[in-house]
Amino acid sequence: MTRWGMAIDTDRCTGCGACVVACHAENNIQTVGEEEAARGRAMHWMRIERYYDGVFPDVKVRFQPVLCQHCERAPCEPVCPVYATYRTPDGLNAMVYSRCIGTRYCANNCPYTVRYFNWFDGQWPEPLERQLNPDVSVRPAGVMEKCTFCVQRIQDAEDVAGDEDREVRDGEIRTACSQSCSARAIVFGDLEDPESQVAQLARLDRATHLLEEVSAEPSVIYLRGGA
Amino acid sequence: MAGIAQVAKEQPIIAPLIGFRPKLFLGSLLTGLLVGVLFYSWGYQIVNDIGVAGINRPVFWGFYITNFVFWIGISHAGTLISAILRVTQAEWRRPVTRCAEAITAFALMIGGLFPLIHLGRPWLAWYMVPIPTGRGIWPNFRSPLMWDIMAITTYLLGSLLYLFLPLVPDMAILRDRAAKENPRSIKTLFFTALALGWRGTPQQWHSLEAGIRAMAVIIIPVAVSVHTIVSWDFAMAVAPMWHSTIFGPYFVVGAIYSGIAVLMVAMYLLRRGLHLEEYLSDKVFNNLGLLFVAFALMWGYFTFAEHLTVWYGHEHAEINVFNERISGDFSVFFWTMIVVNTIIPLAILPFPWGRKPLATAVVGIGVMLGMWIERYLIVVGTLSFPRLDFNVGTYSASWVEMGILIGSIGLFGFLYFTFVQIAPIVSLWEVREGEHIQHRRTQPTSQSMPVQAVSAGEEARA
Repeated sequence: MTRWGMAIDTDRCTGCGACVVACHAENNIQTVGEEEAARGRAMHWMRIERYYDGVFPDVKVRFQPVLCQHCERAPCEPVCPVYATYRTPDGLNAMVYSRCIGTRYCANNCPYTVRYFNWFDGQWPEPLERQLNPDVSVRPAGVMEKCTFCVQRIQDAEDVAGDEDREVRDGEIRTACSQSCSARAIVFGDLEDPESQVAQLARLDRATHLLEEVSAEPSVIYLRGGA
Repeated sequence: MAGIAQVAKEQPIIAPLIGFRPKLFLGSLLTGLLVGVLFYSWGYQIVNDIGVAGINRPVFWGFYITNFVFWIGISHAGTLISAILRVTQAEWRRPVTRCAEAITAFALMIGGLFPLIHLGRPWLAWYMVPIPTGRGIWPNFRSPLMWDIMAITTYLLGSLLYLFLPLVPDMAILRDRAAKENPRSIKTLFFTALALGWRGTPQQWHSLEAGIRAMAVIIIPVAVSVHTIVSWDFAMAVAPMWHSTIFGPYFVVGAIYSGIAVLMVAMYLLRRGLHLEEYLSDKVFNNLGLLFVAFALMWGYFTFAEHLTVWYGHEHAEINVFNERISGDFSVFFWTMIVVNTIIPLAILPFPWGRKPLATAVVGIGVMLGMWIERYLIVVGTLSFPRLDFNVGTYSASWVEMGILIGSIGLFGFLYFTFVQIAPIVSLWEVREGEHIQHRRTQPTSQSMPVQAVSAGEEARA
């Protein structure tokens, strides 16, 4: 069995934001504009949270990239009345856009606040609509969305591996955020494969989860507190 | 029994049903305009997408869910109070039940609109209905929203039935009167249709009373379950200060509390507007006022218990929400709620002068406001402060949400004004029956008359 997961080394993260931009480009996420962003409608499946430790002038900034944690026991899933969000056998927390009727209950019940709602239809003024990724659907207004772990890339790699009659190799799939991270802070792979890089990182002493107290059993591992 | 004196006394109830009443017409017109505001705002939102409301991330639910809980809460006025009073055979209930049951029916219809209004794609709401379609997918019955649909539909159908059953003999009375004037008028046809061929035979009376008795018993657990399930929309979620076991009973008590408040105001207005002093007497206000105090105390107790445990536990995410409520961004709302929901009611209602009609209505208006604020605090107060502090948000309602809130109040008024003009707002036969029982008690030796003879059917034969 496969269980897709991700390790994020917060000690490596420089907070540059390349992952956020790459994610927008890969996944056709709408840019809502200044005015809407000010109203709390900005959409970033991957976001860099900034926290400040200490008191001025002795301040240390911590960067924490946060995306959908693809929880094993995802609180968002049971509350959806129309099965628009559910767990796939390979450990993804999937969204079926065409089923979504927009109750937004999933977003309220997400302890990580990583779900984003399309308040309006997206706008891609000329010629930006030409850079839309043809492998990813554009979501209409009234629909919830969130990080998919670049499911289109996963499917692509699985198709190729299937054609060549082999398993997907570790490192063969790179999510857009992982690919664009110059500090190599983001590693994606199969947590069930003990040899995979992500599984090895998950065994480190520095490995932790966000908000363990909620017991959602996330698939994203944060590495922190190292030298 | 149903002689000239009786008819003269019933005149204030029957008057709005015959002839043109300028005041009532004006009321219908004004509230009708507000209904226009409701549907204009909603239409605007459907055409221009849900983004025209002020909700955002992280405050995904705002006015709409607040209003939803508020209206469903109000619906607990009628049916529940009327059912409890019927089951316990409280004699003073007779003039109150009808106007209370009407509140339930209308508040539920409006409350039921809000989950639709709040959807991102309301035209797909039928995805939540368990019907076999080509989609080949069933709704998710693990979702509290599905429980809501089941509970509210059951409650709405039950309440309408419970409102309609005791209306049948009254419709027969009106049918007989209208037929005497003009047997072919629209009014006669309308009342004839709703009277379901009522003739007042002992057999019919027997069936009707059995039906009402059964519905009164059935509707009580249904009403309790409805607001418990509404509370579970919140309590089943892991959001701070939502995930609370106390929410079920807390919401039921709050619902009945807000329901009594609306009933008080409605009764006061009916009494003033239609001159029903004879029926909605000081005694009725006094008795309901006592129930009002009891619920003020219970609500205060639940609120205290809820907040004390959160404060004592001091869990990080919860205490954030708690502090914002007590002394932060939401403190104005919180303390207003405490004043209008506990301090004012407990300063006025325990005294006999505080249970006079005007006093209870004034307290009632305050409690309506306070209970709306309570739901706003629960919805927006929690959602503004998510567990990851980076995502703290603010919310302010847009004109669309304001329009829909005001419009929903207008819709309630409109339905009520209409109801007063098509059905007796005080149950004629139940009051007559009560007077008959009273009469029999005071003159035990006189030849007692079968109860059914005092009402409809008899009048037609006479």
